[in-house]
Amino acid sequence: MPRLLDALKDAGIAGLIALGLAIPIWSHLTVQKPGGLVLEQRWWLVAIAVATVFAGRLVLNLFWWPRRGAAAGLGRQVARIAAPLAGAEKWLGPALIGLAILMPFLPFSNRYIMDLAILVLTYVMLGWGLNVVVGLAGLLDLGYVAFYAVGAYSYALIATTFGLSFWVCLPLAGLFAATWGVILGFPVLRLRGDYLAIVTLAFGEIIRIILINWYDLTNGPDGITGIPRPSFFGLEFKRFGDNTFAGFFGLEYSPIQRIIFLYYVILVLALITNIVTVRLRRLPVGRAWEALREDEIACRSLGINTTSTKLTAFAIGAMFGGFAGSFFATRQGFISPESFTFIESAIILAIVVLGGMGSQIGIAIAAVVMIGGFELFRELELYRMLIFGLAMVGIMVWKPRGLVSSRAPTIAIGKRKAISSDLVGEGHG
Amino acid sequence: MEYFLQQLINGVTLGSIYGLIAIGYTMVYGIIGMINFAHGDIFMVGAFIALIFIIALGFTAGTSFILLVLALMLVLVIAMVLTSIWGWTVERLAYRPLRESFRLAPLITAIGMSIVLQNLVQILQGARVKPLQPIITGGYVIMEKDGFVVNLSNIQILIVVTTVILMAVFSLIIARTELGRAQRACEQDRVMAALVGVNVDRTISLTFVIGAALAAVAGLMYLLYYGVIDFYIGFVAGIKAFTAAVLGGIGSLPGAMLGGMTIGLIETFWSAYFTVEYKDVAAFSILAIVLIFLPSGLLGKPEVEKV
Repeated sequence: MPRLLDALKDAGIAGLIALGLAIPIWSHLTVQKPGGLVLEQRWWLVAIAVATVFAGRLVLNLFWWPRRGAAAGLGRQVARIAAPLAGAEKWLGPALIGLAILMPFLPFSNRYIMDLAILVLTYVMLGWGLNVVVGLAGLLDLGYVAFYAVGAYSYALIATTFGLSFWVCLPLAGLFAATWGVILGFPVLRLRGDYLAIVTLAFGEIIRIILINWYDLTNGPDGITGIPRPSFFGLEFKRFGDNTFAGFFGLEYSPIQRIIFLYYVILVLALITNIVTVRLRRLPVGRAWEALREDEIACRSLGINTTSTKLTAFAIGAMFGGFAGSFFATRQGFISPESFTFIESAIILAIVVLGGMGSQIGIAIAAVVMIGGFELFRELELYRMLIFGLAMVGIMVWKPRGLVSSRAPTIAIGKRKAISSDLVGEGHG
Repeated sequence: MEYFLQQLINGVTLGSIYGLIAIGYTMVYGIIGMINFAHGDIFMVGAFIALIFIIALGFTAGTSFILLVLALMLVLVIAMVLTSIWGWTVERLAYRPLRESFRLAPLITAIGMSIVLQNLVQILQGARVKPLQPIITGGYVIMEKDGFVVNLSNIQILIVVTTVILMAVFSLIIARTELGRAQRACEQDRVMAALVGVNVDRTISLTFVIGAALAAVAGLMYLLYYGVIDFYIGFVAGIKAFTAAVLGGIGSLPGAMLGGMTIGLIETFWSAYFTVEYKDVAAFSILAIVLIFLPSGLLGKPEVEKV
């Protein structure tokens, strides 16, 4: 039984490492007592952790890995490169949009589901917006939440100060965010890759710190309250009053009407993001983005203005972030810097990468999986961030190119075929 | 002048801690070209391990000098070893499977690992801050004028001296030992290094282990200096340390130290002379400015763009 012995030895080593990880953070709990911290021992936790790792590793060694070894081979690699244009994508997109349109009228939908759907769609929109910058132009942006914040705060401030309606403020907020996109874009034009990532991250943090500390304008950590709700062509979603939605259409008033309205607003905004992105890919500027992503030097030698190409990518990505931000503000009715931490940027980027960059549908699926899955663990408040992190690592190791790992080329000679994402330079710059 | 001197001392102390963390970033970036986003959280784990062992050993400021030194050495070694296991595990689980993948993949798993570590420690140890009674007390008065006293505390001396010694030791390791040669070889060309018999996987693992060990030292120093930690300290410290690594020229060990000092000094002086609230803005703005005008950092080699 040499295999069993080997498996035992390997599992034993894994168990020892688990023991090393478990001491002392698992085994000893620091408790605050009058007179200082004291330790509480809980070796049972260590025992469970080590036993789980040992048993899991043993099972993997004996039953899982020997079988898997045979399947992985060259054949799979080749098949990936020359897969035909995925048939699924042709009908999956329209089917999902149809489902999204019918969503509020499906029998199972209630207030909770609609709220969740609004949240998911917000992230779908943010994902699509960031995809312009990361997926198409290949510029790694870790501070995308800054534009989300700019959009939310510009709507909140304009609406509460000047009393303008949501529909007037929305383009303004998008414009502001786009301006900030250009302002950020200018200094970082020369940076690429991880340096760009870290500067955009720093930019996101700077915006948040300013929001916290500029008390006169933003009301600091307390945030802005009483942000007006959007209206339906001037009809408001209220129980009483002259111009109410329910009264105009002769309906019984119900708070769900406002939720459904918000749902359609974000659905339309998200679809606009999608359509604009898809159309832009076919315009010269979109092609320039993708060319820039693949090879900047070749781009320059072909006479593409890399400065304006990068700036438009930043501006358009930021604009969509700004739209999503104002929607967030009007939906919540309250915003504070708390909502715009780095973790939001990380979640949006994770959605884009996990979905498969450049793949619109993959991003939508990833948003549903990540945000919906996150909601599933609502009961386990303490553990859900941990599970979220583990899922990020797990999905990435399992499918490094995202859930949808084939790409549709923008142009092709003859028949269009899906290509493996390994052939695309996404995320290199 | 006195005020300036005091801030200078404080800034150098803070800079030493940043520098120690920055070395982990710079070595990993040098060898596999990725931002090890979870490194700041490894530093946090190191601080927690040190905290638990300090409480377990039960020594306080009243312990006799010899015993105190021995106990601190013991805690330091234990924390370095145990934190190394964390660093190794993170690399093995989250980065090694993606070694040949595209560039964004390990960055995403690194962010994921950072979330995992933060929340794991929060679940295991609670979200509250953990205060620790000062252990190393006392100090020297360097200058006294008009009632303003310039203090150099023992803990500040300890931090700076430890940092300098560790820097010297690790510079020697990189420059002289077989491991250091293997690391530099992997940095230049991983495939070629493997062809001439360097065990690339092992070298990269050891790089993570060294980085984590130094982060543990930084964690212990942070704990002793500030006397309070929580599960979130790794994020901000990590970003600033990465800033330091970039500022100094990524991939360069003395650069990391220099960058750490610069960031520590900027932050301290900014808080002292301008506003405390915007000290992070100052640090981050410096990062942006340096990258724009000096993309290879203070001591880094300029990157040659190949066509």
